[in-house]
Amino acid sequence: MLRLGNKFGILSIIALAVLLLVVLPNVLDPFRLNLVSKYLVFAVVGVGIVLVWGYAGILSLGQGIFFGLGGYLMAMFLKLEASAPELPDFMIWSSTETLPWWWEPYHSLTFTALSILIVPSVLAFVLSYAIFRKRVSGVYFAIITLALALTMTVLLVGQQGYTGGANGITDFRTLAGMSIISEEGKRVLYFVQVLFLFAVMGIATAIVRSRVGKILIAIRDREDRVRFSGYDTALFKAFVFTVGALFASIGGALYSVQVGLITPTLVGAVASIELVIYVAVGGRMSIIGAVYGALLVGWSKSIISENFPTVWLFFIGGLFIVITMFLPFGLAGLFARFSGKPGNNVVKARAGEGVRSATGSVAAADGKGSAG
Amino acid sequence: MSTAILSVRNLTVSFDGFRAVDDLNLVVQRDELRCVIGPNGAGKTTLLDMVCGKTKPTRGSIVFKNLELNRMGEYEITRAGVGRKFQNPSVYEDLAVLENLEISYPEQRGVIGSLFFRRTAELRARIEDVAHQVYLADYLDIKAGLLSHGQKQWLEIGMLLMQEPELMLLDEPVAGMSPREREQTAELLKRIAPGRCVMVIEHDMAFVKMIAHKVTVLHQGRLLAEGSMDEIQKDERVIDVYLGH
Repeated sequence: MLRLGNKFGILSIIALAVLLLVVLPNVLDPFRLNLVSKYLVFAVVGVGIVLVWGYAGILSLGQGIFFGLGGYLMAMFLKLEASAPELPDFMIWSSTETLPWWWEPYHSLTFTALSILIVPSVLAFVLSYAIFRKRVSGVYFAIITLALALTMTVLLVGQQGYTGGANGITDFRTLAGMSIISEEGKRVLYFVQVLFLFAVMGIATAIVRSRVGKILIAIRDREDRVRFSGYDTALFKAFVFTVGALFASIGGALYSVQVGLITPTLVGAVASIELVIYVAVGGRMSIIGAVYGALLVGWSKSIISENFPTVWLFFIGGLFIVITMFLPFGLAGLFARFSGKPGNNVVKARAGEGVRSATGSVAAADGKGSAG
Repeated sequence: MSTAILSVRNLTVSFDGFRAVDDLNLVVQRDELRCVIGPNGAGKTTLLDMVCGKTKPTRGSIVFKNLELNRMGEYEITRAGVGRKFQNPSVYEDLAVLENLEISYPEQRGVIGSLFFRRTAELRARIEDVAHQVYLADYLDIKAGLLSHGQKQWLEIGMLLMQEPELMLLDEPVAGMSPREREQTAELLKRIAPGRCVMVIEHDMAFVKMIAHKVTVLHQGRLLAEGSMDEIQKDERVIDVYLGH
């Protein structure tokens, strides 16, 4: 496991803050800064995946569900504001004549913000607690989440009159009166996103450092044993899954505001897996690693897709394979290995079993669960 | 009888028709150090599995103090005061010895409690005391994965001690230990038995002789004999199925 020393941790946080708050805004042109904004959104989701996958060993291939929920809920507000006093355009095209009742409350920004926090959390908790109580874990859990992500996409595409169908919800202009499409507006949004990112990182760090963080690691290694230490492990797993869902939802809401659209492709299986890739590259045990992972993969994705528009997905796939096989703890693991941090002997010792541990704590949950 | 801490009645479990434990009756008293012996497949581990909730019995009852354990979840049984050490030492390899012991501390075991859990000086002292008892005082900051096999066994016993269980179930606690370590473990178990009850499964007869107050012999899921070590060693049936080999 990777735990960077305290002093080192603070230094790396400061370095990230300088990079995001000072260097990038001054060096990049508005177009590029806008792209970074988008990567930051994925970083917010990635921090959640570090908790869920890295610490608790729960591989979720459905974070897109919660990203999408947050994104669509935000989009409902933005769309209503953009089309007021008319109906949203896609509803008119689908001959929906009156605003559905469940769209009504999304005239209110407060209601929207609360629902972005509450709806995905409740859904994630109820769903995951039911599943974890039944002792479903590992690959089976991953498959369930993947299936749910697919279902969600189908649902969104099918209900065109309510959701905008395959095109999603687009064409937002203002957020509570502030322009979100002007250069100045986008710049403000960038800093808001950095703020959210640091808040999420702070919460995640607090969780990891509390006793919960240790229990999550213990659950990942030997869930059976944790039950015999007197813990309701299903509850702990559901808790961390809920936190991950909440972060994903916040990320989704930020995405809608920043990019100006939300579509079913951002919700589905491919998008969900891509989120996991960001974290795998950065290092699934490192909160800050996930942030750098999102920035780097996002950046290379942009660069590669600009230069090789037809084959860029192969590069991303190849990257994931290489990381999984040779850097089970991602860039953060690589960094720790060469900087002589305490605890990295474990990283070295475990590098050999890299494939198993990186592709799934899956195997760990299943294999070790029956030990004893 | 008033000091009975665990009483097992007509306990039966079958896996696909095979009866691993068959109509077993057993009473264990407070302050007692009980050893359970028997050939492989006698149902020893299955018995402990049922007491701690890992396996649900097909029939029969397990009463611990005044609680019927049959219907309780593993974590509830643990909270009621039953501690279990597994055959293969089960410690959290990615956590330090100190953290292993801390997790086992029986307070604030909910999510919210654990979020705001703070390591007090009192807890720290308690952890050090337990670590000292299980001969790991110098290893507090070492990752448990780096301990030797015998030390992991001790750590798991230490984790149970942190839980302050009234009933400790130890499955082969000296497997893989050197003779010296076995002696230390025997001393440890004798030291911790008073005030609670310790049930030990063991194959090493020399070790059983060192610690047992009373010995239970299982054979094919049934109770074969019960008594002091001397009585057991003279029992023809026991010699026949187990000791003679």
